[in-house]
Amino acid sequence: MKQYEERIFKLIMIGASLIILGILVYIVGTIFYKGLPALTWDMISKVPGGGFYLGKEGGVLNAIAGSVYLIFGALALSLFLSVPLVMYINFYLPGKSWFSKIVRFSLDILFGIPSIVYGAFGFSLMIYLGIRASLIGGIITVAMLIMPIMMRSLDEVARLLSRDLPDALLSLGATRYEMIKVLLRQLMPGLATAILLGIGRGIGDAATVLFTAGYTDNIPTSLNQPAATLPLSIFFQLGSPVEEVQNRAYASAIILTVIILILSFSARYISSKFSKNSI
Amino acid sequence: MRKLRIVKDKTARSVMLGIAIFTIMLLIVIGLTLFFKAFPIMKEKNLWVMLTSASWKPFKGDFGFLPFIISTVYVSLIAIIIALPLSILTSIYLNSYASKRIRRFFEPVVDLLSGIPPVIYGVWGTLTIVPLISSKIAPRFVEYSTGYSVLAGGIVLAVMIIPLLISIIVEVFRSIPHEMTDASLSLGATKWQTVKKVILRKSFPGIIAATVLAMSRAFGETMAVLMVCGNIAQIPLSFFDACYPLPALIANNYGEMLSMPSYESALMLSAFLLFIIIILFNGISRVTLNQIERRYQFS
Repeated sequence: MKQYEERIFKLIMIGASLIILGILVYIVGTIFYKGLPALTWDMISKVPGGGFYLGKEGGVLNAIAGSVYLIFGALALSLFLSVPLVMYINFYLPGKSWFSKIVRFSLDILFGIPSIVYGAFGFSLMIYLGIRASLIGGIITVAMLIMPIMMRSLDEVARLLSRDLPDALLSLGATRYEMIKVLLRQLMPGLATAILLGIGRGIGDAATVLFTAGYTDNIPTSLNQPAATLPLSIFFQLGSPVEEVQNRAYASAIILTVIILILSFSARYISSKFSKNSI
Repeated sequence: MRKLRIVKDKTARSVMLGIAIFTIMLLIVIGLTLFFKAFPIMKEKNLWVMLTSASWKPFKGDFGFLPFIISTVYVSLIAIIIALPLSILTSIYLNSYASKRIRRFFEPVVDLLSGIPPVIYGVWGTLTIVPLISSKIAPRFVEYSTGYSVLAGGIVLAVMIIPLLISIIVEVFRSIPHEMTDASLSLGATKWQTVKKVILRKSFPGIIAATVLAMSRAFGETMAVLMVCGNIAQIPLSFFDACYPLPALIANNYGEMLSMPSYESALMLSAFLLFIIIILFNGISRVTLNQIERRYQFS
């Protein structure tokens, strides 16, 4: 009886795991099946001709370029805040500081705030500052979205760093500022993982850029112009009644999926290659 | 020379402190901004009446949030009901049964599922789940459904919260001391008995915390749900009716509604409600999970 129950539950568990694996394959398969026929060189080399909603010509270069500009802006802004913050709570403050606990807790909460709330907040902020829907508006909002993710992931690596090196540096008479410059080099793989995670989350999110970055057929040439983004190009073009435009949405979906696949595998590769205590 | 070094260190310290305070303040600033934006409508109308009224006619000044609140809850509940058993079973398998190789194979699977953007889930949902419901599942229960429904939203959302659930539950399982499971196994219990009587019982608070966290993620998910749930402002009467969760309401209408101050304020109120509920849920589950983690570190 005991062995019988054991075997049944093991089968159910393997079944559940296979279902989850199957869903992933199903999702990626569906996207590739629909997108591959639509994916041509024009798709990634041309902006849409005759309007993104009805025009049958062209591709989604506007969205690719917009997404790339947006994510690099947001990444720069977020790194500028993430690195000092993580260094501060790990190496300036003493190990069991209540302040670092509060910071970590706020990061956990910020991480859980949905992107639509960031979008609504970013939009209110832009009205307050007098910015229209533009690249800069999108950059600020996406930076807020990816900041907690990058901080948390960098913080996890920084916490695991051995205390010997900081102690040695301090005992040699280095200031804490000089110390963190050395420690930062030790944290490079962690930083790389944090950056990849940030890019992955930021490039795929539609709800943050919906009100803040706008949408356009052109490639933005300044920070004040609206910028098209890949997730929104999928969302808007899928709603079009024209079949060619819908195909453009499927092609965008494949591009976005491939970007995410590459980012995800590189992050895993980096963290497995450089982590000393791998599983 | 020596002085400059000290000055640099001091400057860096205060800049960093500033950034840390900014990060904590961001949370408060978001909350306050949403509150003040939502304030006009709360002054104009009774909050309780708005939350319990089902009439949504913004152009007549009727702002009843009930259909949206009920839609959000229904969709999230379906997602939890589907995702939780799958996630618990998979986590048990990965933690207690699977070989190292299978575990290493499964990590990127969970990673990828959590990395896929919401809009891709939305495309997948419209291409597969929606037609499946309208042509296969719905006809057995109701006369007609477009497929864009509570059920479609729930299924897509379930897939989206599975990676979050698995990663937290596996962590919770790992926090159980080996001595306990070893003791159970050495007394002759089978693996499944150990799982049932030791691991699951011991990790119950952690699983609840993970569920609450996943629930708050489900409440706030916007794009994927918006694409598959139909977006009709009504109280859904069955799983096959269209629904209209709160985040979708904001996403569909905000930005264009600046000409009507009361409408904008009403939408901000829904964003504020989401914000408060999610912070509460998040806070509770994070505190629980942190306690579990601490127990693990010192045992």
